[in-house]
Amino acid sequence: MEKAININRPSSADGMSRIDGRLKVTGAAKYSAEYAVEGLTYGVLVGSAIAKGSIAAFDIKTAERAPGVLFVVTYLNAPKVPGFQPDQKGVRAQLKVFNDDKIFYNGQPIALVIADTYERALYGASLVKATYNKEEHQTNLTENFGKGYPPRGDGLYKRGTEDAWKSAPIKLEQEYMVPTNTHNPMELHAIIARWDADDKITVWDKTQGVKATQHDISQLFNIPLENVQVNSRFVGGAFGSALRTWPHEIVAILGAKAVKKPVKLVLSRADMFTSVGYRPHTWQKIGIGATADGKLTGITHQAYGQTSPYENFTEGAVNVSQSLYACPNVNTKYNLVALNVGTPTWMRGPGEATGAFALESALDELSYVLSIDPVELRLRNYAETDPENGKPFSSKYLKEAYQLGADHIGWNDRKQQPGTVKKDGWFVGYGIGCGMFGAYRSGATVKATMKADGTLHLQSAVSDIGPGTGTAMVLIAAEQMGMPADKISFENGASDLPQAPTQGGSATTASVGSAVHQACVELKDKIQKLTGNSGTDNPDYAQILKQHDLPLLEVTAKSTGGEGRDKYSMNSWSVHFVKVLVNGSTGVVKIDKVASVADCGTIISPKTARSQIVGGAIGGIGMALMEEAVIDHRYGRYINNNYADYHVPVNADIPQIDALFVNKPDPILNPMGAKGMAEIALVGMAAAVANAVYNATGKRVRELPITPDKVIA
Amino acid sequence: MKQFQYVQPATQQAVLEVINKPGTKIIAGGTNLVDLMKRGVTAPDKLVDINHLPLKHITSTPKGLYIGALALNSVVSENKLVAEKQPLLAMALKSGASPQLRNMASVGGNMMQRTRCGYFYDTAMPCNKRVPGSGCGAYEGVNRMHAIFGASSQCIAVHPSDMCVALAALDAVVIIAGKKGEHRVPFTEFHRLPGDHPETDNNLPFGELIVGVEIPNNNLQKNSYYLKVRDRQSYAFALVSVAAALDIENGIIQNARLAMGGVAHKPWRLFDAEKLLIGKKASEESFQQAAQLAMQGAKAYGHNSFKLKLAPASITEALKHAAGLV
Ligand SMILES: Cc1cc2nc3c(=O)[nH]c(=O)nc-3n(C[C@H](O)[C@H](O)[C@H](O)COP(=O)(O)OP(=O)(O)OC[C@H]3O[C@@H](n4cnc5c(N)ncnc54)[C@H](O)[C@@H]3O)c2cc1C
Repeated sequence: MEKAININRPSSADGMSRIDGRLKVTGAAKYSAEYAVEGLTYGVLVGSAIAKGSIAAFDIKTAERAPGVLFVVTYLNAPKVPGFQPDQKGVRAQLKVFNDDKIFYNGQPIALVIADTYERALYGASLVKATYNKEEHQTNLTENFGKGYPPRGDGLYKRGTEDAWKSAPIKLEQEYMVPTNTHNPMELHAIIARWDADDKITVWDKTQGVKATQHDISQLFNIPLENVQVNSRFVGGAFGSALRTWPHEIVAILGAKAVKKPVKLVLSRADMFTSVGYRPHTWQKIGIGATADGKLTGITHQAYGQTSPYENFTEGAVNVSQSLYACPNVNTKYNLVALNVGTPTWMRGPGEATGAFALESALDELSYVLSIDPVELRLRNYAETDPENGKPFSSKYLKEAYQLGADHIGWNDRKQQPGTVKKDGWFVGYGIGCGMFGAYRSGATVKATMKADGTLHLQSAVSDIGPGTGTAMVLIAAEQMGMPADKISFENGASDLPQAPTQGGSATTASVGSAVHQACVELKDKIQKLTGNSGTDNPDYAQILKQHDLPLLEVTAKSTGGEGRDKYSMNSWSVHFVKVLVNGSTGVVKIDKVASVADCGTIISPKTARSQIVGGAIGGIGMALMEEAVIDHRYGRYINNNYADYHVPVNADIPQIDALFVNKPDPILNPMGAKGMAEIALVGMAAAVANAVYNATGKRVRELPITPDKVIA
Repeated sequence: MKQFQYVQPATQQAVLEVINKPGTKIIAGGTNLVDLMKRGVTAPDKLVDINHLPLKHITSTPKGLYIGALALNSVVSENKLVAEKQPLLAMALKSGASPQLRNMASVGGNMMQRTRCGYFYDTAMPCNKRVPGSGCGAYEGVNRMHAIFGASSQCIAVHPSDMCVALAALDAVVIIAGKKGEHRVPFTEFHRLPGDHPETDNNLPFGELIVGVEIPNNNLQKNSYYLKVRDRQSYAFALVSVAAALDIENGIIQNARLAMGGVAHKPWRLFDAEKLLIGKKASEESFQQAAQLAMQGAKAYGHNSFKLKLAPASITEALKHAAGLV
């Protein structure tokens, strides 16, 4: 099937639909907050109203007396969390919630009100009063570069000559800003926590990794791993926000201990801005130099990203500059600035999305200085091997991707001179932006059970946060076993299922898919041993089991992290082509057409793959045009912490988005030939939009989001 | 959310008997009120549901078009009479909120909706509108969405409605019922400027009920346009919006109506700019002159400085659309 795939409007010809699609659209899919656990009580968080200092006193009397309120948990009465580590700045220094009186950021949870109904808990929460010892806070990134520090080592990377761009014949230097973006998945983070015994607990929890959550709870509460059951059968989007265990999860568990009843805690939309991370506000500066014929001679890329006072969060914001293009001299610098904000976390395309906005904008700017077509400029600097370490790529078909996308969007219609094409009074412009992300794979275990009726049941702990993991796993098994997909089921999202990595870094198909593949190979082996022949195309498994009088046949197969990483550089690649319309008087930008092309190996499930690419492009449109969590720095408090004011794209913002796939297997990463696609679907998109806006109008916006005010400024 | 009593008095008279007590609030679609209750911005003791009152009708009278206070935003926007007689209103309504919200939102509720200022919504922030005397958070704060006309140092919030901008432009009249009977208030005098009392959004007497609005007949159907400039293409409040309607004969403007949204504590009618347009050629040049005049007295507060440029550009753009020049 090594043929490029282009799906505009998916139909049955494009293969199987999502296996849980029906459950989701009919409401039968149960999410964490929806379990009717017996004796359930309801928690609502109270957040701090200052950004730095300590709690002087609480007045919880009125709240405690309010109708239905069972308990108000604060640091003064909370059960201790034995696993909290003593203070030290490092990755493990999580917010020790309800541990002491310290306030690090505005909105930090300071109390949990538990009541017999949600509404009564909400009212009780409004009655909790705290007074504070206020200290001077800092939330403004650009005013605090002086406090920047490298997260580890010196934060520097150098290849060739430092600042070589400065002596290039053609050069430019610009600053780029990505504001705080929040994941804000539709499903609010939620947990139901129930203590089954003093050292035994069950949680229904929104998480991208039930095993990681199980491990964290076990460590934090000092209970045996096997006594922690984490269920996360369905996840309504996450984009990274559920990649770690957050304070509210600990708080719900503490609350359940305090009231000796199961507690349900569903974050409010406002809580979502202060409880589950975000893409950090990051300032970047790029110096880039080239020869007159467009050969890059040097890139210098610096970044300052914000983190919390108690924890370092680092991401690869400057990494794209190290390996996207063949450039002999590259130096980068990455610093953190600790501000009075919660800890950021990975958000779709973490680091790379931020870095690619800067690098791909700078490259576009360079193309105009050089008067070279931006696609051509990229081709002239195409990296045939990894420029960072000289290793060959396990696979790279970015050139094919350029061609597919350029043909599809009608790149030939683009005029190099900005502001020269108008249609119905709107300026028309085209832009390109590329993305890359490491292609990863880690160990995973899958149990496969062939039942007497000839159906196959697959089990893995892995979460499915929406990409269609289950669908892809079923398709891998269907192909391996030579059986119809509708006879295969996939069970996932519970910690008592076989080991799987956390769903993140676009690595699930490569990791869990390899284990499914392995399980099928082993199962077929077993069957061959029974039947003594090498099998046919469509074996009748029910018949075989019956003949051998077997109630079922099962294997548990383990796949490793794969090999070849020492010899190869493994990455997925994308290129986004965008056509925009810009109103010259009002500054309104409309996306007219998008062609996103992915080189992510073999496409296993075309429909859900398309959906990934479309979703990533939409995320990129949001990042480009509207997403920004705004803080009033006087208070250090978010001012648009709701869905009405924090804008994400709606249908009206989304034009035709075509997802195209090179669809050539990666021969190294895994037996299916598949590479990850979730991150690259977004990485590079924001720059493609910004570049298109420039092509349309001649206005370069370097500070996201590109709202009308910036276009007419 | 504070526990509250919920009542559904059978008749309009019975409603009027209960709503003149403090702590009582009417609920229509609830799309604004319930949000405010959940955020603790308002905490009524008693909700008075009026949805069953016979105030949903849309009728044509010799004087104009009558729309009941409980007519849904979606219904009004799709109504044939409205499309025929007041297309500007339909266009403004369709640009507001989302289909789901418009399906719940009533005309009366839309008029009474409160500002979307972030400081008003967050009880941990100062806001003179929510807590008089606590200060205006937006004045020196994040004020990108805020007013450039008619604001005071007490409050720079804007009225968020689209529907009301069209109604202000169309010389609508608000019909209000009190215990002593009905009275009429011109739409442009219904909402007020903040002055020293930003806690009061409008001139609806305490304890009274909006029963409907009336729009006098006009000749503006052919050349009207509602332009809404916003950060996303749907489901976002206006940065600036313009309701423009013209009566053009042989290229000459006979009559003009202009109002702006997103720029003031009330729908901002541009009477002087209208006057300037009358007798002029329907051309980009005339429109620019009107836009320039409309901006007299505008004042920005920092983040919203861009509106000083966006507002006149939008007026010109809206007028061009209305005149069929784009
Ligand atoms: C996310 C979001 C986006 C939105 N976007 C837009 C937008 O882009 N443009 C726009 O114009 N609007 C927008 N809206 C606001 C929406 O139009 C209003 O919420 C709606 O019109 C209110 O009508 P309602 O019937 O639901 O009022 P309710 O919420 O029931 O009531 C609102 C207020 O009106 C009072 N009230 C209701 N009826 C009467 C009456 N007959 N007499 C006296 N007082 C009365 C109530 O007591 C209450 O104080 C948005 C709302 C939301 C939630």
